[in-house]
Amino acid sequence: MPHDGHDHDHTEPPSDIELRVKSLESLLVEKGLVDPATLDALVDRYEHHVGPQNGRKVVARAWTDPDYRQWLQDDASAAIGDFGFKGRQGEHMVCVENGPKVHNLVVCTLCSCYPWTVLGLPPVWYKSAPYRSRAVADPRGVLAEFGTTLDPDVDVRVWDSTSEMRYLVIPERPAGTDGWTAEQLEPLVTRNSMIGVEKARTPEELKGAAE
Amino acid sequence: MNSGHDLGGMHGLGPINPEPQDEEPVFHADWERKAFSLTLATALLGRWNIDMGRHSRERQHPARYLMNTYYENWLTGTEVLLKESGLVTAEEMATGKPQGPAPNSLHVPGPDEALNAVKAGGPADIDAPVQAQYAVGDAVRVKNFHPKGHTRAPRYTRGRVGVIQRLHGIHVYPDTHTPDVTEGYPLYSVRFEGDELWGPDGDAKSSVYADLWEPYLEPA
Repeated sequence: MPHDGHDHDHTEPPSDIELRVKSLESLLVEKGLVDPATLDALVDRYEHHVGPQNGRKVVARAWTDPDYRQWLQDDASAAIGDFGFKGRQGEHMVCVENGPKVHNLVVCTLCSCYPWTVLGLPPVWYKSAPYRSRAVADPRGVLAEFGTTLDPDVDVRVWDSTSEMRYLVIPERPAGTDGWTAEQLEPLVTRNSMIGVEKARTPEELKGAAE
Repeated sequence: MNSGHDLGGMHGLGPINPEPQDEEPVFHADWERKAFSLTLATALLGRWNIDMGRHSRERQHPARYLMNTYYENWLTGTEVLLKESGLVTAEEMATGKPQGPAPNSLHVPGPDEALNAVKAGGPADIDAPVQAQYAVGDAVRVKNFHPKGHTRAPRYTRGRVGVIQRLHGIHVYPDTHTPDVTEGYPLYSVRFEGDELWGPDGDAKSSVYADLWEPYLEPA
């Protein structure tokens, strides 16, 4: 697998796919079909300015502000838009809340639909055939692969993103966080907890991660 | 179409093997940045829509779709759409040498305009004088149908009974969506119980919610 994130030996010749992309890019630029500055601007936005740091703010506010939590249920697109998180792949948002007896999990079995405005571009595993094939048929097995086990009586709800509706999971607020501010809570909210494959970090896990 | 992209319920595709979430980069190689941005930038030319974009990737041989990495599938779809729209000829694609400039009528967005477009997004709900046939709580069955073109009714839901949870509104119908045709139909959230979808191999304490357009459904 040439694209699995290993360090490349820079004496290697470029791969077929690198040449194919380079060829298409120079053809489209020469023909005037794309502006190179546009390509750079799009990459910069999705590599550096949109990501789970957005969704984290939404969740932390939902945990600390009951009115906001209700707004997310009533009109998630507007409530999320209150932070300025709007745009492509986030036009029609729905927030689904985890609780003691309900656990939500998001997938796109047909392609890779994902709420870009709050989570950025999806991770490789979310777009992969193993996840897309099994999330709907064996959600508890999938959760186990992420180290997440649920009580047998928990209702697991899988959201298959088959339309332009986009789903954000509001994980359960961890115990031991009474009185924490939204800013203090944000680091507990992981990307994976907002897809629903994991729970939010506990204060102990956060402390462990910082050490 | 029943092809390699419609993966719900397939077996044998291996473990998920997620990268640790704090270590995974947005892009794993520079060519992925290019495949991503070329796909977005050419989509902004307005000659095709997101449904046609998805269909361009689905039309590959299923073995190829499954063996490719994600951005290889994006690149393949973008090449197909550039050729089918006539913006690039097959010979130009093969040789990499331009035979002529872009059509004069084509508007090519610069960086600010492109960023404004992705920040604004493109809503899929439309005003249409359509009356929703089903109400929350109604039982519906997904039709047993197998269109050869693009559809967003996953195979694993077809023939199965679920319950309407919510009406999302009137949304653009992906099955017929082209630059010239925009049909709108009611879009519903439908809940299917795990054992209804998967029988004794399913998990009765799990359910799947899929968003399905009214033409996919019939009364149960």
